[in-house]
Amino acid sequence: MNLSLQRIWGIIYRHLSVYKVNWARMNELIIWPFFELLLWGFISLYVRTISNIGYVVLTLLGALLLWVVFERIQQSISTSFLMELWSRNLLNIFVSPISVTEYMMGLFVVGIMRVGVAGILLWLFTLLLYKVNLLVIGPSLVPLAIALILFGWSLGTIITGIVLRYGQSAESLAWSFAFFLQPFGAVFFPFSVYPEWVQKIIWWIPLPHIFEAMRAVLITKHLPWNQVAWAFGLDAVFLVLAFIFFGAMFEQARSKGYLIKIQD
Amino acid sequence: MNVIEVSNLKKNFGKFTAVDDISFSVQQGEILSFLGPNGAGKTTTISMLLGLLTQKSGTIKIFDKEMPQNRRKILSRVNFSSPYVYMPYGLQVITNLKIFSNLYSVPNSEKKIEELANIFGVTHLLKRRTMALSSGEVARVNLLKAFLNDPEILFLDEPTASLDPEAADTVRNLLLKLKQERNLTLFYTSHNMQEVERLSDRIVFIHRGKIIAEGKPKDVLREHKHNTLEEFFISLARSEEVTKEDAK
Repeated sequence: MNLSLQRIWGIIYRHLSVYKVNWARMNELIIWPFFELLLWGFISLYVRTISNIGYVVLTLLGALLLWVVFERIQQSISTSFLMELWSRNLLNIFVSPISVTEYMMGLFVVGIMRVGVAGILLWLFTLLLYKVNLLVIGPSLVPLAIALILFGWSLGTIITGIVLRYGQSAESLAWSFAFFLQPFGAVFFPFSVYPEWVQKIIWWIPLPHIFEAMRAVLITKHLPWNQVAWAFGLDAVFLVLAFIFFGAMFEQARSKGYLIKIQD
Repeated sequence: MNVIEVSNLKKNFGKFTAVDDISFSVQQGEILSFLGPNGAGKTTTISMLLGLLTQKSGTIKIFDKEMPQNRRKILSRVNFSSPYVYMPYGLQVITNLKIFSNLYSVPNSEKKIEELANIFGVTHLLKRRTMALSSGEVARVNLLKAFLNDPEILFLDEPTASLDPEAADTVRNLLLKLKQERNLTLFYTSHNMQEVERLSDRIVFIHRGKIIAEGKPKDVLREHKHNTLEEFFISLARSEEVTKEDAK
């Protein structure tokens, strides 16, 4: 595969340029995570007053930080693709020599940049508002965040494939998919809360493994590598499936003409 | 030398046959106008030539390489412009041109953009947002984008649609000048038959997915006993079933 860094940069530059001319776009990086933080910050302060669990604030806000990483990266990929549809620019891109892989890699990098900004702001807000330093989770945050980024890439790619196939009528998935998944990710509460039959199903997505690992770090101060390994293993499976799915959707779009009609 | 060779090209959408076994070729340095009423199969054909759509059967060879198997190699040597495909309208013109310079791997892109902006007379527009441009200005900026990679073949889908006569004339003159300077091949679609008569070396007329006439504009008119391409176009568009033989 002959990848061109210049073409990948072209896609990154296209999406970063939006912030130069439209600061309101920063809302997606600042306002949403900020209000989520307010909500979960107050909930965790309240829970601390009615329980004796000392790490409750850190657990909930740590979960929120990691959730934002996943949610933002998935939405970044899907909405970046939608932006090309809204600006009727998609055909201009795909009549250039860019490959689908280069295009998606550009979107992946843009996603990481957006998550970086949102994550840093969230850490700062948490420190300022609740006097909680999420960095005390330590270096364990890194593998957990990477595992979430990989899963966010997978879902973003799958949703983009669905939009390519079903057009703009499927665009609400870009915002709603993560929301639908949240109750099944053991994000803010332990995996053991779920009924057994639900546990058996959601074991096969990376989210519960990652959030269980985060809570384990806070309680035991040790990263459970077996759960991290499960998360990365499942990430690999989801990524492969996502690429196969997107490739199939792209080929179907080229065969059935969706690619030329999708902007209409 | 043929730079485009299309043989027995066919495309179906379910039971509907959009392009029905067409064959044609385009020579280097030629302006070929690909004509037909709405729904004739022009967009489907041009989309297959650009690799946006895959054919059911038949072959497309551009620079002697098969499309879509060699899509990226071919697309790096051609470009496309259409008033119906936009660049991101919230961004400055210069930003959009830099984005496409990267997508086409243009070396020293700032110098290239500056040179082309002079040729197309849009230097004063570079810092403007694309959404703030008039139709004529957008057409020139779109053409500038299409010249970024020094294409050997330019696919133009109704490049003067929605332009006033003066702006359309400017665009036509620019295209003719650049075509002569660069020995450029133009694959052209337009509904402006006067423009087609003026510009084209050859025309291919497609109707209901089939080619029903092709050749030099004057020869086609003589053969089909019409005085103007517009007259010919209207008579074909209004006919129900037309074959190549019927059209004569």
